[in-house]
Amino acid sequence: MLSLHAQSFVDNAQINGSFQTDAQYYRLDPGIDILDLNGKKLGVNGFGKIGYTYGNFSAGMRFEAFLPEMNGFRSELNGVGLANFFASYDNGFIGVTVGDIYDQFGSGLVFRTYEEWSLGMDNSLRGIRTVIRPTQGVTLKGVYGRQRYFWAPYLERDFSNDDYRGIVRGVDADWDLNQSIASMNDSEFKMTMGASFVSKKQADQSMFYTIPENVSAAAGRISLGYGRFSFSTEYAYKINDPSAINNFIYKEGQSLLSSLSYSQKGLGIVLQVKRTDNMSFKSMYTGKQNDLDINFIPPINYTHTHSLPSMYTYSTQPNGEMAAQFQVNYTIPKGTALGGKYGTKLAFNISQVNDIVRDSVPFGNSMALQQAGSLGYSSKFFAISDHRFFRDINFEIDKKISKDWHLTAQYINLYYDIETIEGHVGAPVVQANIGFLDVTYKINKRQSIRFELQGLWEKEVHKGYFVDESEKKDFQKRGDWAFALVEYTITPHWSFSLADKWNYGNPVEEYRDHYFTGTVSYLHDATRVMLSAGRQSEGVVCVGGVCRTVPASSGVTLTVSTSF
Amino acid sequence: MKKLFTLLFAVLVMGGLHAQQKSDLPNVTIKDLQGKDVNIAKLSNNGKPFVLTFWATWCGPCIKEHNALDEVYQDWQDETGVKIYSVSIDDSRSTAKVKPFVEGKGWDFEVLLDVNKDLARAMNVSNPPYTFLFDGKGKLVYQHSGYIEGAEDDLYEEILKLKK
Repeated sequence: MLSLHAQSFVDNAQINGSFQTDAQYYRLDPGIDILDLNGKKLGVNGFGKIGYTYGNFSAGMRFEAFLPEMNGFRSELNGVGLANFFASYDNGFIGVTVGDIYDQFGSGLVFRTYEEWSLGMDNSLRGIRTVIRPTQGVTLKGVYGRQRYFWAPYLERDFSNDDYRGIVRGVDADWDLNQSIASMNDSEFKMTMGASFVSKKQADQSMFYTIPENVSAAAGRISLGYGRFSFSTEYAYKINDPSAINNFIYKEGQSLLSSLSYSQKGLGIVLQVKRTDNMSFKSMYTGKQNDLDINFIPPINYTHTHSLPSMYTYSTQPNGEMAAQFQVNYTIPKGTALGGKYGTKLAFNISQVNDIVRDSVPFGNSMALQQAGSLGYSSKFFAISDHRFFRDINFEIDKKISKDWHLTAQYINLYYDIETIEGHVGAPVVQANIGFLDVTYKINKRQSIRFELQGLWEKEVHKGYFVDESEKKDFQKRGDWAFALVEYTITPHWSFSLADKWNYGNPVEEYRDHYFTGTVSYLHDATRVMLSAGRQSEGVVCVGGVCRTVPASSGVTLTVSTSF
Repeated sequence: MKKLFTLLFAVLVMGGLHAQQKSDLPNVTIKDLQGKDVNIAKLSNNGKPFVLTFWATWCGPCIKEHNALDEVYQDWQDETGVKIYSVSIDDSRSTAKVKPFVEGKGWDFEVLLDVNKDLARAMNVSNPPYTFLFDGKGKLVYQHSGYIEGAEDDLYEEILKLKK
């Protein structure tokens, strides 16, 4: 009996997995100022993961290797090991997961753990999660554990090595009225509500401040839909949480995210607004950069995918933001004068982020804002500061012209405050006009050729205060850029491309460099192999509003990924 | 604990490989655009084949692929009855934009929201676009990573093979 059972445990199981290796070989390139490799000729990031499912049971693990990490990834990643494992049972009524957990409550304002390979970031929670669905439409969740911090061990925290990670625990309730109330099942009116509570328990290791050992945050959300309209909003509140990010102030934090949309076939309109005030929430109060975030404050601006438009990408400023974005997607129908034979797709987007308004609160004899150890400031909820961080206005047209020709073009007007977004004191504001043209010609059923032409024309507005001479180069590296690409593809496997990104308008003549790259990629079912050689310009890679800076490099990059 | 896990795994993996099972539809529940729960393990298309394609509003090649599929979708449906489920992996920064985006583009696919990437993780999708084809019984018959111009023709050939 037992052996029979064991046999079915194997035979009826599903196994799947995936592998990816990214490797870079670096070389000296005096042309773009790479005069020293700092002893690093090779960077390799790789993972292998495997999952097992048998009925209601599933388990998985992920092995990671950074030997050493590629340039632009955090050096703490250097190493090899079992980064993630879990086992889970879920019968629909109750689900339990032990191990490393990825989950989010609502839109993530108080809790979200996720992994983003291309950023080398993983804030998974090692511990336990329980999900209960007592009736149709109601989901209750609880999580408890400690977050991943590169390769630091979970059980023995090393305070002498600055590992002050606390324990994170949270509960969430979600109620979908349409699924739980019979008379609303087929109603045109949709309604969902939810609430979450998260707290961290941390040890106070500070010599200067009294760090609260329990910091809690709560959020409430509601989504409504009626016909073509949808509305959703979430509000989050966090008690005082002095940390390295907010300069150890004792102010509470708040966040609000709302969106309203209208959609019908051929037309979609969405408006979103967001307020963030002192909402960095990390399980280690000394954490910097993207370490150990418990929550996720989504940036709501448009995400660009082409090379020059994505050069200046906004990243969330957890200490304070007033943001809005408005987007329209419209398709001019087929068979009309403007729509032509295939229809014409248009998109318009505007997004802007300003600072919140901070008013001083007295601290001793001082009225200065954001002083460590003080309440920091007070802020009116709906007040918007004149200090603009970012604005992006763009218009896109996407048109199939004939059976063989397809064209996409976009114009972008950008305002980007480097000082705020990248944290370089004294850096200028960049105001840029950016455009691209992306044209595809289908040579025949199997072969296509694609061209991209892009231009970025900018003006820098200096703020007029002291700038360290040694940092000046960083601010002046930019100027005007041009980009051209040609790609030839043979379905279903091959793609060959050549590209040049040229900083022709750099104010410093010796930095007017060309960044040539050649790429070959091969796709076969679940396998992808990509080899590219050339120069990579210094820049920022962002996914989900979280960014990492990539230094300029020169050499060869190989990516191999597959799954089964 | 870790060692025990590794050992347990090694046993399961070897057993699984021995059994030669293909990964089919995982037991993961995500939502559709109306907010309704959809259990992926129960997806079906009345015995006809169906496609699961992963994309995001910020993914250029995905939008190209969707536009290309949109052009041929009506013909494909008429000829084979195939259904396309389009799984958006947009997270909370753009979830609210998905519905107006899809409607604005005029796409007719059945759109599902994988906000927490639960399905993408279960199906080992690390980068979109990524396309799976299932036969009428939910058995995986074809998968393809990435999109290059004309790849939809190959997908259709695979769909036609199922018709025979």
